[in-house]
Amino acid sequence: MTSAEKYVTAAYLVVLAVILLYVVLYAFKLARLEREVAELAELARQRGSG
Amino acid sequence: MTYFSDVAALARKDLLLELRSRDTLPAMLLFVVSTLVVFHFALPTGTSATAEVGLLWVAILFTALLGLVRAFVAEREQRVLDGLVLSPCDRSAIWLGKGIAVLAFLAAAELVALPAYALFFAPVSWELVAAVALADVGLAAVGTLLAAMAAAGRARELLLPLLFLPLVIPVVVGGIGASVSDDPGRYLAFLGLYDAVFAILSWASFEYVVTE
Amino acid sequence: MSTSLRNNQAVLLAAAAAVLLLVGTALAFYWVPNAPVEGFRQRIFYFHVPIALTAYACFGWGAWKALRLLWTRERRYDLESYTAVHMGVIFGILTLVTGSIWARTSWGHWWVWGSRQLVLFLILFLFYAAYFMLRYSVDPGPRRANMSAVYALFGVALIPVSFLAIRLAEDLVHPVVFTHDVEERLSGSQLATFLVCLGGMLALAGALYANELTGKRLDARLRELREALQ
Repeated sequence: MTSAEKYVTAAYLVVLAVILLYVVLYAFKLARLEREVAELAELARQRGSG
Repeated sequence: MTYFSDVAALARKDLLLELRSRDTLPAMLLFVVSTLVVFHFALPTGTSATAEVGLLWVAILFTALLGLVRAFVAEREQRVLDGLVLSPCDRSAIWLGKGIAVLAFLAAAELVALPAYALFFAPVSWELVAAVALADVGLAAVGTLLAAMAAAGRARELLLPLLFLPLVIPVVVGGIGASVSDDPGRYLAFLGLYDAVFAILSWASFEYVVTE
Repeated sequence: MSTSLRNNQAVLLAAAAAVLLLVGTALAFYWVPNAPVEGFRQRIFYFHVPIALTAYACFGWGAWKALRLLWTRERRYDLESYTAVHMGVIFGILTLVTGSIWARTSWGHWWVWGSRQLVLFLILFLFYAAYFMLRYSVDPGPRRANMSAVYALFGVALIPVSFLAIRLAEDLVHPVVFTHDVEERLSGSQLATFLVCLGGMLALAGALYANELTGKRLDARLRELREALQ
């Protein structure tokens, strides 16, 4: 690969990398949200039966 | 017109407060002179005149920051700002009054800084003085608004420089341009444009910064 | 807007982004011919400029939502403005990185003060990064929402003023002004590739924006639920 080709590919890959990084971070956030929903559901159940 | 009497009253309050407590202005004066001395040691021999003027502008910027950090401290400590906001005066009058006071402090600091610069480095041209005057208006305008924002937050001494510096980069460009280029009029006009745009924006939006 | 309609919009945007960006990348690598002067390296343009334009669009969108907040005082505009600015910063960082790579391959340096676009984005990045410092430092509430909105509006005013300042500064500092040769008229195939990539980037920003907004709304709802249950 010529040097120009390397740089061009690097630029496109960086964009892809940042997008994928965002997806990973977002997955963490969704996991946290799911955990919170489960906690709140448990709280609600306790309230309901208590 | 009650608006301008409100503004005058607010500005007078800040100036009188400073006259009595004498904490901000002496610090600014000492700071700017110390900074200029540091710059002498920081610059190697043979540095261009342009670089020296550039550092003067840096010194002015940071002296302004020093004064601005203190701008709303008194209000916050005594909850005066809440009282002012509740009062029937137009909130933008608070900005204008405080801005005038800040401008006065800045001008006072430069009354010392410019002769000191002329003494330590190089003579001061009329274009430089005009640029400093125009720049002061812009710095006071945005600085007062940003200081009010920072005052509402936690680490306000840290926050204000972060908010302030990117926004005043154009002022630095205008100021240095007017000081060293062959066509200072263009840069002075640009400073005027900056002042107009951001003073109007600050005046119009200050109300939202201090109310809920 | 109902949640199902919002979700459909988000899915549509994401699908559009995927298709447009895939096609655009393929066009940029395989179809479009080499630029006459710059050669192969000019192809960075097809990502770099759409990303830059998308960043501007995000900041503009954020400012619009900020204006709506100040006008109507509806809380939802705060979240929307905040998310838009966040997207703007992400695309801004991408602009700086792709621009830096392009500068490196074109002129040999990772940073050139002579490139107006790069310097402008640096200033904007600093400005909007401080936006997050501001939000972080103030307690949540209407006061923070108002201040963020005012700051976002200052940002869009800063864009043209900074650009003017950068141009004026060039005469002072006398750097060689670095412009890429793409500044001239684009050929048909170049224009088509550019537009596909631009559409893709805008759709991507829209999709990410919709997703993130949903996440933030969920956060807020869960907090309310928690307070109601405890």
